[in-house]
Amino acid sequence: MTVKPNAFSQYPDAEGRFGEFGGRYVAETLMPNILALEKAYEDTKADPAFTAEFEDFLRHYVGRPSPLYFAERLTEHFGGAQIWLKRDELNHTGAHKINNCLGQVLLAKRMGKTRIIAETGAGQHGVATATVAARFGLPCEVFMGATDVERQAPNVFRMKLLGAKVHAVSSGRGTLKDAMNEALRDWVTYPDETFYVIGTVAGPHPYPMMVRDFQSVIGREAREQMLERIGRLPDAAVACIGGGSNAMGLFHPFLEDESVRLIGVEAAGKGLDTPDHAASLNGGEPGILHGNRTYLLQDADGQIIEGHSISAGLDYPGIGPEHAFLHDVKRAEYVSATDDEALEMFQLCSKLEGIIPALEPAHALARVRDLAAELGPDGVILMNMCGRGDKDVPQVARMLGVEV
Amino acid sequence: MNRLTTTFARLKADNRAGFVAYIMAGDGETAELLDALPAAGADVIELGMPFTDPMADGPAIQAAALRSLDSGMTLKGTLALAKTFREKHAETPLVLMGYANPVHHYGYAAFATAAADAGIDGLICVDLPPEEDTELREALAAVNISIIRLATPTTNDDRLKIVAEGSSGFVYYVSTTGVTGMGKGAATDVAGAVKRVQTATGLPVAVGFGVRTPEEAAEIASGGADAVVVGSAIVSANHDGGTKTALELVRSISAAVRAAS
Repeated sequence: MTVKPNAFSQYPDAEGRFGEFGGRYVAETLMPNILALEKAYEDTKADPAFTAEFEDFLRHYVGRPSPLYFAERLTEHFGGAQIWLKRDELNHTGAHKINNCLGQVLLAKRMGKTRIIAETGAGQHGVATATVAARFGLPCEVFMGATDVERQAPNVFRMKLLGAKVHAVSSGRGTLKDAMNEALRDWVTYPDETFYVIGTVAGPHPYPMMVRDFQSVIGREAREQMLERIGRLPDAAVACIGGGSNAMGLFHPFLEDESVRLIGVEAAGKGLDTPDHAASLNGGEPGILHGNRTYLLQDADGQIIEGHSISAGLDYPGIGPEHAFLHDVKRAEYVSATDDEALEMFQLCSKLEGIIPALEPAHALARVRDLAAELGPDGVILMNMCGRGDKDVPQVARMLGVEV
Repeated sequence: MNRLTTTFARLKADNRAGFVAYIMAGDGETAELLDALPAAGADVIELGMPFTDPMADGPAIQAAALRSLDSGMTLKGTLALAKTFREKHAETPLVLMGYANPVHHYGYAAFATAAADAGIDGLICVDLPPEEDTELREALAAVNISIIRLATPTTNDDRLKIVAEGSSGFVYYVSTTGVTGMGKGAATDVAGAVKRVQTATGLPVAVGFGVRTPEEAAEIASGGADAVVVGSAIVSANHDGGTKTALELVRSISAAVRAAS
């Protein structure tokens, strides 16, 4: 095997740019914070003691490495390529989110920060942040859209059990992006003591890089496990995308493996030809929001449009800047799946594999189905099962007209 | 040399601080309000460009932006408002304030041309720090429009140098660490900070974020600031009581600022 020059995995540059995406688009009030965070992260990354502590907690608290599982019955059912699932839904708190929260809270501790804040949509990132903050005895405040607080009452209660304070954000339209605006406002107001744990590979530099690094444990493990289990790399690595943290974590360790196709699945909601979707790459344009330049859902005046998806974890109107870059340079492919397809896969995966997937990875599974047929029996597909579906059961029951 | 330079030179000659009044384009009867602001005592006008996600603003301006967008206001519409104002008012500087995305979407070069045509003198883009504003700054410089940058209590001397480089018109000093109109962040020594920013940048310094009353404005004016910015309070007055109420507040702030300095 020839060693290829390191290209795609070398981003971002010193200004936090992935090609023409990323950067640091924040108010001057936050610039000193962003720069201090960047410096602290660079120092920490180089410290083996930090890595050892992070890995120790990943192993004994989160439950890593997560298994790599051959989904035999899905493979049979789709009748094509082998389907392998990276079981990140088995992590503590039920999704990949905690990998990143753990890394950031450990960093916050080292920086001497005394207060953790986070934004959350459906509540998964909020729960994961509250969990890790509880473990390290740090006070935690979570900003959540008022509409989501109503809809996601169990997660609100979980966060409270974990000792976090939940702020229902009614400013703007009361959704995830407004929760993120409010968290940024809080950070601007209390910059010295606060560490803002962003939940996805978006935001100003260094967040997209830092979150990716913490999530890359997914791809590193999966790559090693594939080699160990079947002695070869997959033909394709597939993951769903909202902001894109699980996908970036899966993709990054494969960026230099030219033979591995990287496929991100956006939420097409009610269809890309309707206004109700959350597919920033397939249906948006480059713009500036929440600290970075990336693809955004926006109108003709540059106003941000709300994303729509059956899955609350995917309905963010932007996408991580590294995905925007990989899309433009064509290293990764970005496709989409609708609400209906996700709902169908949610049920299929439950019945065939005894795994109730979250609605987010159910989107990915819809495209795995097509890909399995395309690649045929000699093909191998790796998909990240990034979250479990327990949280979605009440919603899915409602949509199927079942009373629970 | 644009209207900002001329105005700050005149204020200096008059030995008094200026008053910068902020209103949100498209929130209420803004054409009428804009037209009346110079006579009510505004030395400089900041015209807010509405944006769906105003991350550095408090509740008053957030709500005003959404009302404005709901009424159909756009960046084009904001520029048209400015142009109408400029046809009647040759001297009062007009500064646009808002967020990067609508301007980015309009296209930096096209925006610069349109803003110059509308008689705009300066632009404050809250989420374009010096590291990210080069392309827009150059497009604006070509048509003699100033990029006005923010300095904050967390801006140390090294960063002040970066802020000064390429700034023109004036520097907007954010007096608290919070969002607009709240004043809940750490209280800071405003007079000391103003002097520090003036020395480091060589530009006039306008102080804003969290200044709500004539008394607070007078205190800032007597503390050595070149101008005082009031935004949220005027926006709230305009929403609660309409143009007349907003103009009463503008007149009383203007009187207080003139008396103080």
